[in-house]
Amino acid sequence: MTGRILLALAGIGLLAFLVQPQAFAPLFQPFTRNGAPAIYTQTPLLALTLSHLALVALAVLASTIVALALAVLVTRPAGREFLPLARTITSVGQTFPPVAVLALAVPLMGFGTGPTLLALFLYGLLPVFENALAGLTGLPAPVREAARGMGLTARQRLWQIELPLALPVILTGMRLTAVISLGTATIGSTVAARTLGEVIIAGLLSGNTAFVLQGGLIVGILAVMIHEGFQRAERIAARRAGAA
Amino acid sequence: MIEIRNLTRRFDEVLAVDDVSLTVPTGQIAALVGTSGSGKTTLLRMINRLVKPSAGQVLIDGEDTADQPAHLLRRRIGYAIQGHGLFPHQSVARNIATVPRLLGWPRDRIAARVDELLTLFQLDPAAYRDRMPQDLSGGQQQRVGVARALAARPDLLLMDEPFGALDPVIRAQAQEDLRAVQRRLGTTVILVTHDMDEAIRLGDRIAVMDQGRLVQYAPPAEILTAPASDFVRDLIGDKQRPFYLLSLSQVDALRSPGHASGAPIPPEASLRDALAECLWRGAEALPVAGGGIVTLAALRAAARPEAGTA
Repeated sequence: MTGRILLALAGIGLLAFLVQPQAFAPLFQPFTRNGAPAIYTQTPLLALTLSHLALVALAVLASTIVALALAVLVTRPAGREFLPLARTITSVGQTFPPVAVLALAVPLMGFGTGPTLLALFLYGLLPVFENALAGLTGLPAPVREAARGMGLTARQRLWQIELPLALPVILTGMRLTAVISLGTATIGSTVAARTLGEVIIAGLLSGNTAFVLQGGLIVGILAVMIHEGFQRAERIAARRAGAA
Repeated sequence: MIEIRNLTRRFDEVLAVDDVSLTVPTGQIAALVGTSGSGKTTLLRMINRLVKPSAGQVLIDGEDTADQPAHLLRRRIGYAIQGHGLFPHQSVARNIATVPRLLGWPRDRIAARVDELLTLFQLDPAAYRDRMPQDLSGGQQQRVGVARALAARPDLLLMDEPFGALDPVIRAQAQEDLRAVQRRLGTTVILVTHDMDEAIRLGDRIAVMDQGRLVQYAPPAEILTAPASDFVRDLIGDKQRPFYLLSLSQVDALRSPGHASGAPIPPEASLRDALAECLWRGAEALPVAGGGIVTLAALRAAARPEAGTA
């Protein structure tokens, strides 16, 4: 209960800060030096936050679609032999540093949102893929057997039985991907993507701790809220899937 | 009528089912018994083609089932398994409606059928329709599983150890319920069990399987009194034989004129129950409801194959 209240307070505080950042200037003033501005004003914080969120949402959506498709493919009889390949692709996506992806992608795609989206997409494949795989292969054997024995086609089994029952675990994978992407997206500002990283980098360049702090705080609070939101969705999905 | 002709299944070099032929008349229960690895489950799963036969045919009412796509065939054949396999994310009603929905029945016909089946299995439709499977007891889950298998009025019901996960008291009740429902609907049933007691209780005929072969296929009394091989004899076991034999006949068959004291026993009670009652009361005879008696001597005679109770 206290957790929920704290979360609501953090959410309200965040919203107030994004709408009226100047009202919070006194709070950040102690972290500035030599009369530097306490609040980042180069770009409105609200606009940066929205574009940061949009970027993350797009990346998570793309990772989820591709990872889920891969997981479904390798759990079909025809696609079973692609499992090692799919594992390799998603693992490399996770181990290859996003910074390196940016560096490699910029010459090809130019500055801006594109390279960041690519880096986040690759980075986010693994959690969704591994979770979807676990969810799809972890169904109780009698349920699987009954679905076949009743005369459901392979497609009907996938849509009516396997995916609904795997949903809670798939959502867990999406949660991990979303939270990781939210933090990682900040480095996109090094290649001119519009993210909250812009505030942090400006703070680092000008030695203004207040900027670093406000950029970091916004990302942090967003991460906690998204984490909570997904966990709630997971619980609902688990209840629907018949977990006691 | 279900005809199994020369059905064979080979897994690599191993013959799981070796040239099995048997016929189950419409409205009868055939019990497949055998030790684990005898091929009884593989035989069952070939009937709805969850396992593809290596050779042989399955005919339903004279029609070769190989001519039909497997998923369409399975919608005509009920399937109930150990651990029920209910879909945990769907309500009781939706679980039962699975096959009718696949067959595209209209909504109101499905709803009526669901309520009819729930009533048949002694579950109040209003109370149970919208419950989730995990909110039911083990016995109720098992009943819903069988109701689901019967939902689209299948030509044939296949059951693979359907009562295996139930405790003994609930199991006996479930067996009786199945027998009653099967009699009422006239469904043909093929049931796999490793429990000889269950096979004798439920089977009109018993098929004994050993190492993929059909060793004997006969009514229970014949299996008991004239086992075809030592394997069948061992499977029955010598400790239970007389009691199995007595359980096959009703008191009515041994009724003789006379008088005895004590509470009367119903004429449809099994001889096994009558024997138990005699021993417990220390009586030489029991009165039968509706007149006459059954004597301990007659029961003793009926418990031996020479008496020819079959």
